[in-house]
Amino acid sequence: MSQAVLSVRGMVKRYGGTTVLDGIDLDVREHEVVVLIGSSGSGKSTLLRCANLLEELDDGQVLLDGVDVSDPRVDADVARRSMGVVFQAFNLFPHMSVLENVTLAPRVVHGVPREVANDRARDLLARVGLADKAGAYPDRLSGGQQQRVAIARALAYDPRLLLFDEITSALDPELVGEVLALVRELAGQGRTILMATHEMGFAKQVADRVCFLDGGKLLESGPPEQVLGEPVHPRTRQFLGRIIDAGRL
Amino acid sequence: MSDLQRERLAYKRSRSRRSTAVALLSTVVFAAVLWFSVRRAPGWPRVRQSFFNLDTAWRTLPAVLDGLWLNVRVLVVAEVAILVLALWIAAVRTLRGSVWFPLRALATGYVDLFRGLPLIICLYLVGFGLPGLRLSGVPNDPVLLGGIALVLIYSAYVAEVFRAGIESVHPSQLAAARSLGLNHEKTMRLVVLPQAVRRVFPALLNDFVALQKDCGLISVLGAVDAVRAAQIESSTSYNFTPYVVAGLLFVLLAVPSGRLADWVSRRAARREGAR
Repeated sequence: MSQAVLSVRGMVKRYGGTTVLDGIDLDVREHEVVVLIGSSGSGKSTLLRCANLLEELDDGQVLLDGVDVSDPRVDADVARRSMGVVFQAFNLFPHMSVLENVTLAPRVVHGVPREVANDRARDLLARVGLADKAGAYPDRLSGGQQQRVAIARALAYDPRLLLFDEITSALDPELVGEVLALVRELAGQGRTILMATHEMGFAKQVADRVCFLDGGKLLESGPPEQVLGEPVHPRTRQFLGRIIDAGRL
Repeated sequence: MSDLQRERLAYKRSRSRRSTAVALLSTVVFAAVLWFSVRRAPGWPRVRQSFFNLDTAWRTLPAVLDGLWLNVRVLVVAEVAILVLALWIAAVRTLRGSVWFPLRALATGYVDLFRGLPLIICLYLVGFGLPGLRLSGVPNDPVLLGGIALVLIYSAYVAEVFRAGIESVHPSQLAAARSLGLNHEKTMRLVVLPQAVRRVFPALLNDFVALQKDCGLISVLGAVDAVRAAQIESSTSYNFTPYVVAGLLFVLLAVPSGRLADWVSRRAARREGAR
């Protein structure tokens, strides 16, 4: 089996006295789509933020292509260049147009000339169905459109790994579909994706592997049919039972 | 249009005509009361003679305007220096990490000192104290020294305005910028500061107007600005009208700043869409 793009080893994160992540081990291999599920507060978002080095670890390692990037001697800014993050609340820059949002990282981090970055951004925006919105400001877009811009922004420097943090949770139900369709397309292109989501139906269709987090521990991990269909752990069964009761699986 | 709606519109129109009439009447009454009570004051003829003398105003206007030109030049140079210095102080104060402690402490001490020190005392200390040292290379031009004192005091205020703006930018914006690989400096320059400055722009203009009139205080060091020119004119004519002239000129100077603030915030709102 090929070397993992992302390896998390014994990851621990505490906020004050609360242990949010309690020794997580997780591998994401090339072209793999790994989905994190679990109730709110189970540590999904914290895991993604720690993987992107937005939060400092209290113990453990983050390895990118085998290199320990959680080492304080490693430049986190350089490590982040091979990861693209999409956030739950979009986090587009409100003072920049859509095109400027998408071209910011290529231009100022990767030194791509403006024209080249603009051309590439327009291609990307066309692929996410927003070719006509390049000059618009984020506040003028719907939530689904904003999130598709955020995905284009994360793709703009062709990262090795995509981290999606509940990217449909802030969207109206009718806008969820357009964003999930885009993620499905990216998975089909062989992108390496680690995503947290509450969309179990989507996880079932697209995930190569589903991981269930509970109380900062990775309780269960495996192919979606197994974790979502015949969960081993009683907590997983309880969680999925509630999801089924709510009519979301 | 239905009869119901027509009747409602007619009612709304009659209400608005009524409130316009009431406003007009009360304004006229208020102005008349003010006018007559001032005119009936026993000292009014003397006050009018020594503060609102049109002849004196017209005769002293050129000298006061000349002085105002100095104020405007000091204002422009000082404002640029203040904005640069204040931005640096604010950026230093938002640095995290113990390596930066000495710089951070210095910036905090600077703000504490110069925000608390009365401007007039700072003017005396810089204007008379610095040249008093008789060090070579220390200027003794009252305009330059007065400008330095203004920059010292105002950059402490403006730094706090900038810091408020920087801290009002949501942490998720920082996370987004860092996740794209931008370092701290680029995150501040390209993502945080543009949003911060836009938010505090009205507060910045407020401090700018305050600076406009405080520029008149450099006159205590002997610089012949609008206030000093008015003083010279009034001491030769035994009439206070030149001060009123200078005061009105400062007011006129402040009006465009207010309109500029309105225009800039309207433009920003248009660009980013209605919030």
